[in-house]
Amino acid sequence: MIGLDNAAVAFQGRRLFQRISFTVETGRTLAVLGPNGRGKTTLIRALLGLQVLAEGRRSAPDVTGYVPQHGASQSRLTGLDVVVMGRAARIGLFGQPGRGDIAAAEDALREVGASELAGLRYDRLSGGQRQLVLIARALATGSPALVLDEPTSALDLGNQSRTLDLLARLRDRRDRAILFTTHDPNHALAAADDVLLMLPGGEEQHGPLAEMITPDLMQRLYGVEMHWVTLPTGRKAIVPAFAGSAAA
Amino acid sequence: MTIALDHKALPAASMRRAGVFAALVLLLLAAIVHAISAGRFSVAPMEVLTILMRAAVDGVGTEMADRIVALVRLPRVLLAALSGAALAVGGAALQGVFRNPLVSPQVLGISQGAAFGGALAILTGISGVLLLGMAFVGGLAALIMVGLLARIDGRTEVITVILSGMVIGALFAALVSIVQFVADPNTSLPAIVYWLMGSFSTATWARLSLAVPGLTLGLFAVWLLRYRINLLALEEQEARSLGVRPDKERWLVFIAIALMTGTSVAVAGIVGWIGLVVPHAARIIVGEDHRVLIPASALLGAAYLVFVDTLARSLTSAEIPLGVLTALIGAPVFALLLRRHFRQVNRP
Repeated sequence: MIGLDNAAVAFQGRRLFQRISFTVETGRTLAVLGPNGRGKTTLIRALLGLQVLAEGRRSAPDVTGYVPQHGASQSRLTGLDVVVMGRAARIGLFGQPGRGDIAAAEDALREVGASELAGLRYDRLSGGQRQLVLIARALATGSPALVLDEPTSALDLGNQSRTLDLLARLRDRRDRAILFTTHDPNHALAAADDVLLMLPGGEEQHGPLAEMITPDLMQRLYGVEMHWVTLPTGRKAIVPAFAGSAAA
Repeated sequence: MTIALDHKALPAASMRRAGVFAALVLLLLAAIVHAISAGRFSVAPMEVLTILMRAAVDGVGTEMADRIVALVRLPRVLLAALSGAALAVGGAALQGVFRNPLVSPQVLGISQGAAFGGALAILTGISGVLLLGMAFVGGLAALIMVGLLARIDGRTEVITVILSGMVIGALFAALVSIVQFVADPNTSLPAIVYWLMGSFSTATWARLSLAVPGLTLGLFAVWLLRYRINLLALEEQEARSLGVRPDKERWLVFIAIALMTGTSVAVAGIVGWIGLVVPHAARIIVGEDHRVLIPASALLGAAYLVFVDTLARSLTSAEIPLGVLTALIGAPVFALLLRRHFRQVNRP
């Protein structure tokens, strides 16, 4: 279980957000939705204890599986080496990763479907491959919580789809509390149970997916008119009014 | 996702690694034997081995060659090897922790602090263990000042540590100049100047035993921390999210480096460039994993400094200051490495 209770973060005397409260129970997935620059990354940092709270409290396990937007970017290490780093808290200050840590890392790579990346140099991987390695590293921590910062923002559509499938698969196991940030409501529809909206003007709303992802609320969130469309697959998507080309 | 990369099977990598380490050990042994045999009074390499074995069993012989090998050259070579290992490992560890290939003990002001401690000792006529102690205390004092200066709002960021290191380094360099200014130009001034240029010419078994505890303790500490340095090389926030506390754990590495740098400055003056050049070369050979890079840097640094020290005493009839030679060799080699590095980085 992870969450914030009445949390406020101040930066140079300015309140970035205040009195935010939410909890993600084990087995649930929360999508944090908001426009760019609204403080989604700061919210994650506050949740992970990387940002001092001006007020309120956070609840999180000692180590949270965290997938940063850009991680380990300088290391000329193998994919497996990067995943093994997820075991840091168990390895200890003077310790070396043992057979158990390597096995856990291999399991995590298998879980995200990226076993073939184990022996490859991390700095030579594509953005989508790095993302998978970093998710595997977060899983290798063994933490009951998984937090992802904009996991789809730097990916092309194919890799976005693969990442969302993976998130949905992890959610369906119902054994972790998962939180991810995004600015696309369709990503929440694909992989979340609940949504936290960070609306403009310092207001937040928190509730189940069906109540939060509505054309009205999305319009308030982004200042763009939004509509439901039904896809030939039977799924529903929410798109901005500017989508598509003008009819002839 | 297309994978257009070289697939290297893991067992092949570990075989290659074992081969690299065997080669480095051989290189070090060759450098040591060559160093003992070379010089004004040259001793054939095979004879060096016989003399050393005889000395180990029966004690040092009375022949000229026996005494030169066992009492003059062996302690000098061992001191150079140990200092080379310590300086190279210190550089490799600092570069990892700072994620910056251009930092070295000089950057943190440790060398300058140790130099001030040592210069002050020479000025006041102190030598031996006390000089070593003062050099270590000087290096540690510089380090603590950097730590206090860089600590802002209870947290220490990498960039503030580097900037503080430059400030404190400049301060101690000025203090060394003051010591030189007030030193007696006939006695203590030349002693300080030659000592600062760096040399192993005064090495004896007594001096070696003085330096062994500090150097080996520091090397052992960094070796224990070798995997942790991989984690400390991550971005600060990322490392913290994995349960590492970089702002505290970094100091364990720093103190080990202060111990090694202070000790080596005390017994051999400032021998620069080892901590920059050697880890770079080691990184090209074995990669960036500190579990491999730290021992590889130790072996390569030891072999390199033994070799350069041999050049320093055998190239000309008068001994060339070691620090001058390491800079003369180090600067161009470093420049080449740097160009190579950037060409690789910029390759699409």
